[in-house]
Amino acid sequence: MISQLQQKLAAGRFVITSEVCPPKGADCGEFLTTARSLNRQVDAINVTDNQGANMRIAPLAVASLLVREGIEPVYQITCRDRNRMALQSDLLGAAALGVSNILALTGDHISFGDHRQGKPVFDLDSVQLLQAISTLESGFDLAGNKLMGTPVFFAGAAAAPAAEPFELTLFKLQKKATAGARFFQTQAIFDPDRLARFTTAVSPLNVKVIAGIILLKSAGMARYMNRNVPGLKVPDHIVAEMEEASDPVAKGVEIASRIASAVRSHCDGLHIMAMGREELIPEIIKEIR
Amino acid sequence: MIVSKQKPFEDILASLDGRSRVFLVGCAKCATVCKSGGEEEVWKMQEALTTAGKEVTGSIVIDEACHMLRVGRDLRARKEMVEEADALLVLACGAGVQSIAASAGKTTIAGADTLFLGNIRRFGQFEQRCSLCGECILTETAGICPVTVCPKGLLNGPCGGMDEGRCETDPESECVWHQIYQRLKEQQSTDNLGKIAPGKDFSRMLKPGKLKLDK
Ligand code: SF4
Ligand code: SF4
Repeated sequence: MISQLQQKLAAGRFVITSEVCPPKGADCGEFLTTARSLNRQVDAINVTDNQGANMRIAPLAVASLLVREGIEPVYQITCRDRNRMALQSDLLGAAALGVSNILALTGDHISFGDHRQGKPVFDLDSVQLLQAISTLESGFDLAGNKLMGTPVFFAGAAAAPAAEPFELTLFKLQKKATAGARFFQTQAIFDPDRLARFTTAVSPLNVKVIAGIILLKSAGMARYMNRNVPGLKVPDHIVAEMEEASDPVAKGVEIASRIASAVRSHCDGLHIMAMGREELIPEIIKEIR
Repeated sequence: MIVSKQKPFEDILASLDGRSRVFLVGCAKCATVCKSGGEEEVWKMQEALTTAGKEVTGSIVIDEACHMLRVGRDLRARKEMVEEADALLVLACGAGVQSIAASAGKTTIAGADTLFLGNIRRFGQFEQRCSLCGECILTETAGICPVTVCPKGLLNGPCGGMDEGRCETDPESECVWHQIYQRLKEQQSTDNLGKIAPGKDFSRMLKPGKLKLDK
């Protein structure tokens, strides 16, 4: 199935994506309600893969439920819990179910989550996973066996524009592009200048950039994430701004929309992480749509 | 060397429940260096077991507890003491415990947990640098092993959790890719960082490993 997200990006349309965490359990009622209401605001909805190494329902299953609803998913798939066989067979499953947008990730380490005694897999890394996706798209598996049919994906990868040393991260981004990434979804951006530096650096790679925007709900949440979420670093001045606010959620919306407006010209789309307050997304993107 | 650590004494005592006579075995090589089962530890264990009401029928510190022929020979030399015992308590790595269990002909208790193949940083400080992957890539990675030092074993550069050169799983540790990057910069060969490393061939480390040298 041809990805509409891909077509919109190719046509130069500014896209908005968001994400909904699949439920811990098989009851997807609430998940679908959130996704349905969100669908009016966004171009695609990411379904996270055992995010933060916390066990939840398979993202492929909920991605497929979204397809049934006419909602376009971005299937996040990590290398933490699957070896190369499971990754490939899940990807083929995705293609069969009409799930074509893939965000290929390494995955947070298992020690962050709720099953710390499990065996972390990491048979492939994110670059090799992107290669595997390209290989499947060529009609073969990683062992060189011919596939029935040729799956079509729109594969992307994660990027951390603020991470230092930047040069070191750039090497990996180049590899991701070579391996087949056609969009980068960034970590939450707080400093528009860092995103500008990033976009300039990756522009020769011809990869679309979807900038991450997070809705902070309180100063406490920002501090908690700084301690516990890999790759996420809320700068002190923003934590202070949250601290001083009388209505922290309103402040969070203000900060998110301020950043969204500031990064608008440095990217091809935004990925809004609304942390359970998805109803606030229209307000965050009001200025830029 | 193989780094091992003595199990908590209560656990050892619990494994010896119902067995009052014990023969002790240590190892003169790795277990001595990491103080899990050298002369000193065997002696201390003997004291502790005696205080706990056990009878120690004898003890031996074998030159290399993983050496199966030597273990057989050394245990035969202590035949009576071994026979008198209800169980053998081995303070050595898992390889040592198994060669002893194979020769002892009676209950063998593992008194240590085997942790990793370690480098000795300084006295009493050990670090895992190699995880015996069967196909060494150190030539490509500036002599620093990402298979082992990266908790995820990533072969193509840092994950998204790296920042300021620190590892996402432990801010006290330097990300292995930062280490490799720094060393390659010193050697002016960061070009290496642009090459995509293929997926590792894990068939090289299928268990159990076996090697037979040609005559
Ligand atoms: S690549 Fe690493 S794990 Fe493999 S043999 Fe070399 S040092 Fe050991
Ligand atoms: S920060 Fe570096 S060493 Fe730590 S898990 Fe990520 S890539 Fe591996």
